[in-house]
Amino acid sequence: MKALLLAVIAAVAVAAAAAEIAPRDRRSGYDFAGPESRAMQDDDTANPGMLGVLQGETLWAAKAGAADRSCADCHGDARTSMRGVAARYPVFEPALSRPLDLEGRINRCRTEHQGAAPFAGESEDLLAVTALVARQSRGLPIAVDGSGELRPFFDLGSELFHRRQGQLNLSCSQCHDDNWGKRLAGAVIPQGHPTGYPVYRLEWQSLGSLQRRLRNCMIGVRAEPYDYGAPEAVALELYLMARARGMPLETPAVRP
Amino acid sequence: MARVLINLPARAKRGEIIEIKTLIAHPMETGYRVGPTGAAIPRDIINRFLCTYNGEEVFRAELFPAIAANPFIAFFTVATESGEIAFSWTDDHKETQTEVRQITVE
Repeated sequence: MKALLLAVIAAVAVAAAAAEIAPRDRRSGYDFAGPESRAMQDDDTANPGMLGVLQGETLWAAKAGAADRSCADCHGDARTSMRGVAARYPVFEPALSRPLDLEGRINRCRTEHQGAAPFAGESEDLLAVTALVARQSRGLPIAVDGSGELRPFFDLGSELFHRRQGQLNLSCSQCHDDNWGKRLAGAVIPQGHPTGYPVYRLEWQSLGSLQRRLRNCMIGVRAEPYDYGAPEAVALELYLMARARGMPLETPAVRP
Repeated sequence: MARVLINLPARAKRGEIIEIKTLIAHPMETGYRVGPTGAAIPRDIINRFLCTYNGEEVFRAELFPAIAANPFIAFFTVATESGEIAFSWTDDHKETQTEVRQITVE
C-alpha cells in the first residue's frame, strides 16, 4: 500500500515537473530553427523582417489624424525612446481596467493622441510600427511578470494555456510544455516562447503578430480562434511573455 | 516605391571579390492563388533583376512565380574601379525601381 502511494506521489511529481519548463531548459524558437533561418535572422540586410522595420520608420515620422502629429512629435527618436518598451508589454491600462499589448497601445495612441483611425488588426502598417518599436528592445530580457493588477489576467492566460480545446482536445501546454523538442510531422515542436514578435515567418511570407501565431495553433487543434485583440488573446500573450521572463527579445525574428 | 535593403562594402581593394546582398519588399503573387470570393488573384511578380557597375552589366536574374515574397538576391562581383553600382527590379506592370550605391576602390 505504502509502495503504491509512493508510486502515485512519484507519478504526480513527474506530471508536475513536465508541466513547467525549468528556466535553464528554456529555449527560444531560434534554437529550433535551421541554420539557414538563423543566418537570415542574424543578418539585418538578409532579414526580411527589417523591411517591416523600415516601413515602420516611415510611419513613425508621418503625421496622422486630427491632431496632425506623428509618433516622433511626442516620442522623438524611436531608437532611444522605445528602447526596452516591448520587453514590458502587455501592460495594465488603468483607463480600460485591462491589459494592453503593444499593438493595442499603438492603436490607442492613434485614437487618443493623434485623433486618427486605428490600424486594422494584423495590417501591414500596424505590424510595421510594432516591429519598429519591438526592434529597439532586441537583446533585452523580457520583463513581464504578470503580478499586481495583471494577476487575474495572467491567471486567465495560464488557465487558457492549460485548458484542452478543439476537436483534437489538446491544450497548448500538452505540446509546448510536455512534448517540446519532439516532432509534429516534419516540424520540431518549440517551447512557445514569444521572443521575436512580430516575426517574419517563411510560411507566411510576411511579418505576423503573436496573435496570428496563436490563431494558427488554435486552427491546428480545430478550435475556434480568438479575434484579434480579444481579451483572451491578450491574456494568453501576457501569460506567454511572463512565462518567457528573462529571455532576450529577438525582434524581428525569422521562423520557418 | 518599394522598400529595399542593399548591403555592399563602401570600400574595397582593386581586384577584390565583393559580395552584394539585396532584399526588396514585393508580394510576388504567383497568379495561381484564389481570393476569398474564389476569383483568381492576378499574377504580380518581379520578373527581372539587373545590376550594373558603372553602366556595365555584371549580374542579371530572371524571376519566376515559384520565388517567395520579398526576394533576396546575393551575388559576387570583382571591385574594379570606384563608381556607381545600380540595381533595378522590373515587375509584371513593367515598372522598374532603380537604386544606386557608391563604392570606393583603392
